[in-house]
Amino acid sequence: MSAAAAVFLPLIGALVAGALAFVHGRKETKAGADRAAQLVTCTLMVLSALAGIFLFNSVALEGGGGTITIFTWVDSGSLEFAWALRLDTLSAVMVATVTITSAMIHIYSIGYMHHDPGKPRFMAYLSLFTFFMLMLVTADNLVQLFFGWEGVGLCSYLLIGFWYDRPSANRAALKAFVVNRVGDFGFILGIVAIYLLFDTVRFETIFAAAPSQAQATMNVFGGTFHAMTVITLLLFVGAMGKSAQIGLHVWLPDAMEGPTPVSALIHAATMVTAGIFMVARMSPLFELSETSLAVVTIVGASTAIFAATIGCVQNDIKRVIAYSTCSQLGYMFFACGVSAYSAGIFHLMTHAYFKSLLFLGAGSVIHAMSDEQDMRRMGGIWRMIPVTYVLMWIGSLALAGIWPFSGFFSKDVILEAAYAAGSGVGAYAFWMGVAAAFLTAFYSWRLLFMTFHGKPRMDETTLAHVHESPKVMLWPLFVLAAGATLAGLLGYEAFVGHDAGGFWRDSILVAQGHDALARIHDLPGWVPWAPTIVGAAGIGLAVVFYLLAPHLPAKLAASFAAVYRFLLNKWYFDELYDRLFVRPAMAIGRGFWKVGDGLVIDGFGPDGIAARTVAIARWVAARQTGYIYHYAFAMLSGVVILVSWYLFQTAG
Amino acid sequence: MSPASLPNFVPAVPEIFLAAAAMALLMLGVLQRAVAVGEQVRISRVVTWMSVLALLLAILLASAVTGTRIATFGGMFVNDGFALFFKVLALLATALSLVISMGYLERHDIARFEYAVLYLFAAVGMMMMVSANDLISLYVGLELQSLALYVVAAFQRDDSRSTEAGLKYFVLSALASGFILYGSSLVYGFTGTTNFDVIARALDGTPVLGVVFGLVFVLAGLAFKVSAAPFHMWTPDVYEGAPTPVTAFFSVAPKIAALGLLLRVVTGPFGDLVQQWQQVIWIASVLSMVIGAFAAISQRNIKRLMAYSSIGHIGYALIGLAAGSRDGLESVLIYMAIYITMNLGTFAAILCMRRSDRMVEGIDDLAGLSKSHPVLAAAFALMMFSMAGIPPLAGFFGKLYVFKAAITAEFYGLAVIGVLTSVVAAFYYLRIVKVIYFDNLTDALDRAVPKNLTFVLLGTSAAILLFFLWPDPLLASSQSAVASLLGG
Repeated sequence: MSAAAAVFLPLIGALVAGALAFVHGRKETKAGADRAAQLVTCTLMVLSALAGIFLFNSVALEGGGGTITIFTWVDSGSLEFAWALRLDTLSAVMVATVTITSAMIHIYSIGYMHHDPGKPRFMAYLSLFTFFMLMLVTADNLVQLFFGWEGVGLCSYLLIGFWYDRPSANRAALKAFVVNRVGDFGFILGIVAIYLLFDTVRFETIFAAAPSQAQATMNVFGGTFHAMTVITLLLFVGAMGKSAQIGLHVWLPDAMEGPTPVSALIHAATMVTAGIFMVARMSPLFELSETSLAVVTIVGASTAIFAATIGCVQNDIKRVIAYSTCSQLGYMFFACGVSAYSAGIFHLMTHAYFKSLLFLGAGSVIHAMSDEQDMRRMGGIWRMIPVTYVLMWIGSLALAGIWPFSGFFSKDVILEAAYAAGSGVGAYAFWMGVAAAFLTAFYSWRLLFMTFHGKPRMDETTLAHVHESPKVMLWPLFVLAAGATLAGLLGYEAFVGHDAGGFWRDSILVAQGHDALARIHDLPGWVPWAPTIVGAAGIGLAVVFYLLAPHLPAKLAASFAAVYRFLLNKWYFDELYDRLFVRPAMAIGRGFWKVGDGLVIDGFGPDGIAARTVAIARWVAARQTGYIYHYAFAMLSGVVILVSWYLFQTAG
Repeated sequence: MSPASLPNFVPAVPEIFLAAAAMALLMLGVLQRAVAVGEQVRISRVVTWMSVLALLLAILLASAVTGTRIATFGGMFVNDGFALFFKVLALLATALSLVISMGYLERHDIARFEYAVLYLFAAVGMMMMVSANDLISLYVGLELQSLALYVVAAFQRDDSRSTEAGLKYFVLSALASGFILYGSSLVYGFTGTTNFDVIARALDGTPVLGVVFGLVFVLAGLAFKVSAAPFHMWTPDVYEGAPTPVTAFFSVAPKIAALGLLLRVVTGPFGDLVQQWQQVIWIASVLSMVIGAFAAISQRNIKRLMAYSSIGHIGYALIGLAAGSRDGLESVLIYMAIYITMNLGTFAAILCMRRSDRMVEGIDDLAGLSKSHPVLAAAFALMMFSMAGIPPLAGFFGKLYVFKAAITAEFYGLAVIGVLTSVVAAFYYLRIVKVIYFDNLTDALDRAVPKNLTFVLLGTSAAILLFFLWPDPLLASSQSAVASLLGG
């Protein structure tokens, strides 16, 4: 019951708010509709969050669970599946995380979108987004998962392009949609491959049959491959798209074009975590392929360091946080890659709190700065917005992994697991993770210092207008700050500590010999300290660069101009894709349009035939001279030709 | 036949009656000695109505005397179900042409009783044509018809275009007649007879080249009469120049008669030369369809456009003949019956195109007709859709039957060309609909529509619109007509 409430209340909210979005008329009517939409969606979302907490309690903590079948969806031959809610610890954790953060974001949006005319539409999209994400995490079969998967894709498109009168927002929305399509293509191929091998799309049946198919092979493009590797790699392509891993990450920073609560929602609760969740959900299959796990680890670790380097030089406050998300997702993936799925999900949860806190805090800053997002035009405002300042500190401490904030526990355990895995890729992940942790701390405090400290760099009117956000925006931040502070401490034992076995039960499967998590207690003494030490070092470097010697960064950037430009331009991924895909695709499209359609089809088709017809008509009509001897000549010619025809026919 | 005995007159009673009626009406008109214009109009009206009556009586007589095939006058004249079918169509077409002529002639001050009498003589000639069973009687019937037509084409004597039309038609028709005579003499020379039945027996076996030449000449002459390409050149000029009701008459009655004659000639005496005449008909059919479709596109004058349209329609009808099968011949009969209905309806509509009591003939003059004359516009559009072959109108079924016959006889090329050219032709038919319905009304046509035109227009519209509900009478009669032609 609580599960159904948690999942479907946001849908009801979305439908109501969506209907209210069509209310037009007098100013008072419109304002009433706006008010009603906000009230309905927020109330339902809070109720949903309460149901989510209740569900977490009953399923994860008290050991309930099971599957609630709503009704049959498809029953066709051997293909049979239903709309159903699969309730186990994994989905319960996700439902609780998603509903809580989403509820906070909903409430925050009331304040943030105060001046926007499209409030009901915005609230409807937010709720719908949440609904699809819940549908995704509670799916009991791959098709329902895909339904939610595509649903969040759709909502991200709608929300990123929410301000549809801005060309840049439209471009960003399209980019998110198209890049996700690449991943989705892999995902759907993976689903098809699973159906091919298992003849079902239901998790229950697939997981039960997985061990017996461990050595199965599959023909792809004429070659024979290990079936599990093929399947899991295809699934991982989908996960890479949704979770913005290196290569398919390009949409995430651009997604900042949406309103800030959307960024928070995408980065914390919905959308990007879907990939991590899917990999964890499909752990029984991933565990059967060493190759896939290695790929997941390498891609995750590379993303972690890659995004962190870019984060260090960005100047847009939201972009810094966006790259930080990208980087943290990398952590989660390599945790999954070394079979520490529970650590990955643990980090997913703590990250949801501190990242939404950071985003909403950044939103509060932007709100205070009259929509300024460039940190180079901020500075010295910490006295004016002290609450936001403190909240941003908490978020940054959690992100950088400083004890006792939540990030400390989840990030540490991931790095320890990577080290404990004892494999080559594990070591790669560990060192990349440590380096990324250093950079994370550095760019987080760079952000804090550039935004709040130093001399004010904005113009007078903006400075005079700097103000603390209203209560409706601050209260959700307190809730999230509490989560960011305490979630790690409270959750450690259950998620990855000694109680983990009873907590997760069979919702996550780890193969024999993949027990990196179990070995984290017998690591060399320096390993658990490494993240904290590099974190502190990163903070220290930021202090030097941005507080003590503010001229240093510019000097450094000048001396390593090439490196700086490389990072500033985000490793030139956009330019590379532009050259590799966008321009050739445009060229092909232009070719088909101008040559294929315009020249060939129109030319030889409608236009050409019409032109020829008119020409023939003119010619034929011109033969009609009106002179009687011409006509007589035509008749005689006709007879002569016919007679000659027979003459030759008979003679030949 | 012994010289002492008289020939059997019974089969020819309708012709004899009509000829006598024509001469009687001529006498009536001459003896009135009318001088005043009003008097002439009055006499013309009386004679015209009596002519229409005579034509209808002739149809009744023809139906009454026709049973099994009877040849008479030494085998020169034959009466059978086939002849009856064409006689009924030709006489009906002539009668309706007379009906739609009346107001026009009076408005243009050319109402003379001779007009109706000439129509009657033409009708006698047509009846002779479709009943001809000898090259001589063929020629006599043809000339009787043609002589009357030359005169009516030039009936508007004061109008140079009308005179020109009559003269052109006369000269070129004489050339065509020359072809027929020359061809006939060749056939006679090689077979020693002019009688169709005897020729048919003589041509059993491998054809002699001379006979083939004769056939080609005869066919060329007949192709001229039905205005099939490449012997069509006279048609647009004559159609445009002749008074509009005469054009209407030209486009229906003589065509149906000439086509009946053509069918009888190729299936009767030259029935064994099917390989030879099929090729001529094939070429004529394709050329007619193509020229009918393309040349009409650039026309601005509705009468000229109708001329090309009729060339195209003859091309479609010839598809059925080229197929050579029983189905094919039946489809020709069906096509022609539908064709004359559409054409009479269209010309009735064209005759309504008057502005300040003067005829206008430009397609652009129809602009906005739907607003000034909704009913007339609807009927006009109906005719155009039918001509373009849009289901469920009759024109569609006419085309359907000929294409089906061509496909069955494996003349795929003909069918494909037919379909393609009908697409091209649809353009100019639909353009008229577009002008009527979508162009802005600039200068409205005259409000009043004469009763006789309304009558013909509504009658033909109903026939075109409702044909698909009761196709059986036409199908059955064409079937029995072809059966009597082929003797089976």
